[in-house]
Amino acid sequence: MSSKMPSSNNVTQARRTVQQLKIEASIERIKVSKASADLMHYCGEHAKYDPLLMGIPASENPFKDKKPCAIL
Amino acid sequence: MGEMEELRKEADNLKDQITEARKVVQDTTLQEAVAGTTLVGRVQLKTRKTLRGHLAKIYAMHWGTDTKLCVSASQDGKLIVWDTLTTNKVNAIPLKSSWVMTCAYAPSGNMVACGGLDNMCSIYNLKGKDGNVKVMRELAAHTGYLSCCRFLSDSEIITSSGDCTCILWDIETGTEKTIFAGHLGDCMSLAVSPDFKMFISGACDFTAKLWDIREATCRQTFSGHESDINAIGFFPNGNAVITGSDDATCKLYDLRADQELITYQDSGIMCGVTSLAPSLSGRLLLAGYDDFNVNIWDMLKAERVGVLAGHDNRVSCIGVSSDGMACCTGSWDSFLKIWN
Repeated sequence: MSSKMPSSNNVTQARRTVQQLKIEASIERIKVSKASADLMHYCGEHAKYDPLLMGIPASENPFKDKKPCAIL
Repeated sequence: MGEMEELRKEADNLKDQITEARKVVQDTTLQEAVAGTTLVGRVQLKTRKTLRGHLAKIYAMHWGTDTKLCVSASQDGKLIVWDTLTTNKVNAIPLKSSWVMTCAYAPSGNMVACGGLDNMCSIYNLKGKDGNVKVMRELAAHTGYLSCCRFLSDSEIITSSGDCTCILWDIETGTEKTIFAGHLGDCMSLAVSPDFKMFISGACDFTAKLWDIREATCRQTFSGHESDINAIGFFPNGNAVITGSDDATCKLYDLRADQELITYQDSGIMCGVTSLAPSLSGRLLLAGYDDFNVNIWDMLKAERVGVLAGHDNRVSCIGVSSDGMACCTGSWDSFLKIWN
């Protein structure tokens, strides 16, 4: 872990750190149960539109090379 | 040194407060919450295209929003814009400095940007009048290497640097609008939220920070990693953040619960994560590793459900197109591969 902050003004730096921590301490937090439920819900709602998850039929895959058929 | 001691105590108290507040809302874990969810079936993606043309290690790639074009940067000193469907090179842009570490495609498709050990972010106009791609701006102010850059629009770009800061630039004037300072180590990666109001940065101080772009403040800091964070991205709904680290793990942090929800790790994986991208729904996490592979994780269940093995060297960058149709990997083996 490298620290590249100038060490000349330690007090100013310490004051800034405290100020920043006050901001971070004051935020509103939701419950992990709600956070988890929302993530699961989002995944569930969007799963059917997720090509990498659902697989892509060859006919709808723009990246799949269409091989020509030869009638022998 | 009375004041220093007081400030140190106050900082420690605040850190304890934050730890406590996070515990208070931890009424369950994501692991418990998804206990009844079925694991995603095995994901097997195939290489559909190989983009050949770079002559040295590829360090970065970024999809255009049109979902067919992408830009890649290599230490052969070139930025190449590719048509991923045809594998044609739309543009091959020679760079002043070959030590490039990042590249980005503007949402409009009009510009690309790159930077690296030159400490600058160079903006290129792809739609110049005479058809030639020229440097439009050179954004210089960072005192360390440019590790990542992302456009907000044709007039604003955010950069992250080895000088421990991130900067919001006005491309028109070529000047710094906002400097985001706070990390105690090199900033390695950044990602912009889906609503463009926030961005997150991952750094060598092992933390990820959430920044409010307009308020110019750091809102939250996330710890837990035991080494440098090399890669960072938003979960598609913007409410969670995924990080990838040299500690061989990826982590999911929820922004509203302000804490880590789960870690993606496996005793068999002992090398660093270089890059990551979620699939369109967020259910899959694709992560590139130093061992030349991409592991695909079920993001909710935190289990590996697939591997992309196809590169002959480190996977340095990965991206999923905005319509979710394909994943692109870039490698030190000088190739990009398109998978789906």
